[in-house]
Amino acid sequence: MRLSRLAAILLRQFYLYRGSAARAVPLFAWVAIDMMLWGFMTKFLGSITQSHYQFVPALLGAVLFWDFMSRVMQGVTISFFEDVWSRNFLNIFASPITVPEYIGGLMVSSVATSLIGVVVMVIIATVAFGLSFAVYGAMLIPFIFVLLLFGMALGIGAVALVLRLGPAAEWFVWPIPALLSPFAAVYYPVATLPVWMRWISHLLPPSYVFEGMRAVVSGQHFDTSRLAASVALALVYVLLAYWLFTWVFRYAVRTGLIARYSAESVT
Amino acid sequence: MNDPVCREPVLRVDGLRKNYGALQAVKGITFEVCPNEIVGLLGLNGAGKTTTISMILGVLEPTAGSIRIGGTDLARNRTRALADTNFAAVYAPLPGNLTVYENLRVFALLYGVKNFEAHMTKLFAEFDIEKFRHVRCGVLSSGEQTRVGLAKAMLNKPRVLLLDEPTASIDPASARDIRHSICRFVRQTDVGVLWTSHNMYEVEEVCDRVLFLSHGEIILEGDPKKLPAQHGKKTLEELFISVAREPLAFGDLDT
Repeated sequence: MRLSRLAAILLRQFYLYRGSAARAVPLFAWVAIDMMLWGFMTKFLGSITQSHYQFVPALLGAVLFWDFMSRVMQGVTISFFEDVWSRNFLNIFASPITVPEYIGGLMVSSVATSLIGVVVMVIIATVAFGLSFAVYGAMLIPFIFVLLLFGMALGIGAVALVLRLGPAAEWFVWPIPALLSPFAAVYYPVATLPVWMRWISHLLPPSYVFEGMRAVVSGQHFDTSRLAASVALALVYVLLAYWLFTWVFRYAVRTGLIARYSAESVT
Repeated sequence: MNDPVCREPVLRVDGLRKNYGALQAVKGITFEVCPNEIVGLLGLNGAGKTTTISMILGVLEPTAGSIRIGGTDLARNRTRALADTNFAAVYAPLPGNLTVYENLRVFALLYGVKNFEAHMTKLFAEFDIEKFRHVRCGVLSSGEQTRVGLAKAMLNKPRVLLLDEPTASIDPASARDIRHSICRFVRQTDVGVLWTSHNMYEVEEVCDRVLFLSHGEIILEGDPKKLPAQHGKKTLEELFISVAREPLAFGDLDT
């Protein structure tokens, strides 16, 4: 793997964000609105309930973590879509870049753009609503790691889908976080779900993160082996997504889809 | 046609074939391109020219056959082979949302170009695009975009340069300047060029050799200045039309 080729993808994204307010503003605007909305919601819920349940770290923290994962996924897909929108596949894939370098470039770009959103969310959540990350303790690191990995896996899987089905398939990609959120138990315990939904929940690494987060905030015991399992599960998803992209890429090279991508020849 | 035309070709295509199901788009073609040589790849629309170019660029997998770029087998070492290759095509413009400088900087990283700034200064002068350095490619005219595309194609000093109708939809004066720039680049380096065009005047002016492709097969090969007379035609265009209309008549006339 040559880092300069990976850096090329990152530099391209930097140039695009630097030169376009339409791209740069959404990096932090929507997450800032989300933080404000859920911040006031948690304050309101805290004021009308008598319980000692900590809404700010449990609910606002969950929103922040879920937004982070969604941003990571979108960071990967947006970087790929830039090549779709500018019809740049032929230029990119006729260059010496390899699939691992290209995917690596998408992932690094995603981390860079997600960090901007995270910084804004953290500032609003801590300054305006008093969220303290100390309440999560050392578990914060594996929580973030799992969500980062799963966000990457979703992003890579989504771009494989778009590469296979054509540019119009991008509309399958945007709702993915919303589709998964009921099963990921972001805002409520897995036990709240009906049994069939719990089965799906157990297959989603974020559900372990949010269960763990609620347990930590409530001062309850959380079995760290479950978190270790979620790390392993997230890694499996990353590998599966990478395998899927590689398979679709080979298919695209074999059938001529790369060379004629914008023609949308796939039915 | 299968006799070697030079000792160390920069591009060697051997028995290249591409099938799409039952359709044979390219039927086992063999040819070479030598250093400092411009080879014209001619044929009707759908003859297999772009399919051939796509396979040499590594974006389309051949059904059979091999492609060697500077001695490197493309199928076995794609990255190394493509580092020695580049292309320009009217259907593959550089991203319009980046400036000329930004685009070339990104592609310089992709191709591992060293001394980028010095090299780019030369290319900017060669293709007269310095004034567009900070202009987004999307707002440039067709001719200006072609010149930027050619600068990108020469960024890595390729050993094999693939030009798919590089002067299509460009005015005659700009097209002539572009042809001169490409020819100068070929003379100054050891690059071998595979050039497709429907402009027979252009082909006759720039190409050392031409290959006529019809229904995925090379049916005629030779010097574009001598071929018409050898086949009883006045011009290359007349020969092209005859080959297009009666390909079977030329199927066994390899020179």
